[in-house]
Amino acid sequence: MTGVSFLLAIAAGLFAAGLFGVLARRTILMQLISLEIMLAGPALAFVAAGAHHGMVEGTAMFLIVLALAAAEVALGLAIYLQLRRHAGDGDADAARQLRG
Amino acid sequence: MSWAIAIWAGALALAAAALAVTRDSVVHALLLLLGALVALAAAFFALAAPFAGAIQLLIYAGAVVAVFVFVVMTVEAGTEARARERVLFAGAWQVPAVVAVLALAPMLLGLRGAGEGAPAGAGAAALGQLMFGDWAVVTELVSLLLIAGMIGVRVLRRRQKGGRR
Repeated sequence: MTGVSFLLAIAAGLFAAGLFGVLARRTILMQLISLEIMLAGPALAFVAAGAHHGMVEGTAMFLIVLALAAAEVALGLAIYLQLRRHAGDGDADAARQLRG
Repeated sequence: MSWAIAIWAGALALAAAALAVTRDSVVHALLLLLGALVALAAAFFALAAPFAGAIQLLIYAGAVVAVFVFVVMTVEAGTEARARERVLFAGAWQVPAVVAVLALAPMLLGLRGAGEGAPAGAGAAALGQLMFGDWAVVTELVSLLLIAGMIGVRVLRRRQKGGRR
């Protein structure tokens, strides 16, 4: 395996680790942290592929993933704080409906 | 050579991420997430994409983790919370592990060896020309997404203020 293949494998591993975290953890904060890890995998894959092919599009896609992650964190944490106010717990199962 | 550095940093990020999703303390997980993000930034620098590395450090490791820290301050992190977390995790990790491995397998099997050359990353000038030239619509869509996020947070906060239940 060459360099870019190793990096793509690492990116897949990051995605899988994040997926495991999202599924296995019940605390919403831990799920959000796992989502960040899940998004970091594709980001690494885009930058590595861009470096391999010598194309700037890889980094551009990284910027888009970054903006997505920023919006997701802002909304996710806001919803989390709102849920804590209502359910008084950080447990994802305590929130069965999102009605205010 | 640079590929080797990038692989080393990426492996470090993967190890930190694997530790982060299995910690029972949110603070530990957050610090490990920070470590993973900084290691990824190092990998980006090694991949000759310094702009991506700088943005990764500034926005991910800086802003996103800082927001997380502010929220973590509201969580109780005593020993009993950690014990509860440990019990929850011990009872529920098997099926997600199988799912993660099943998701990982096709990604790894699809990998093929590629020809090797020095990593040729992206300078900020070429990146700007792409994002504000050919990809202008995509950039607009991203800004739309960020505005939607901003408005969403604002709406949630208003509801918080209005109906204190």
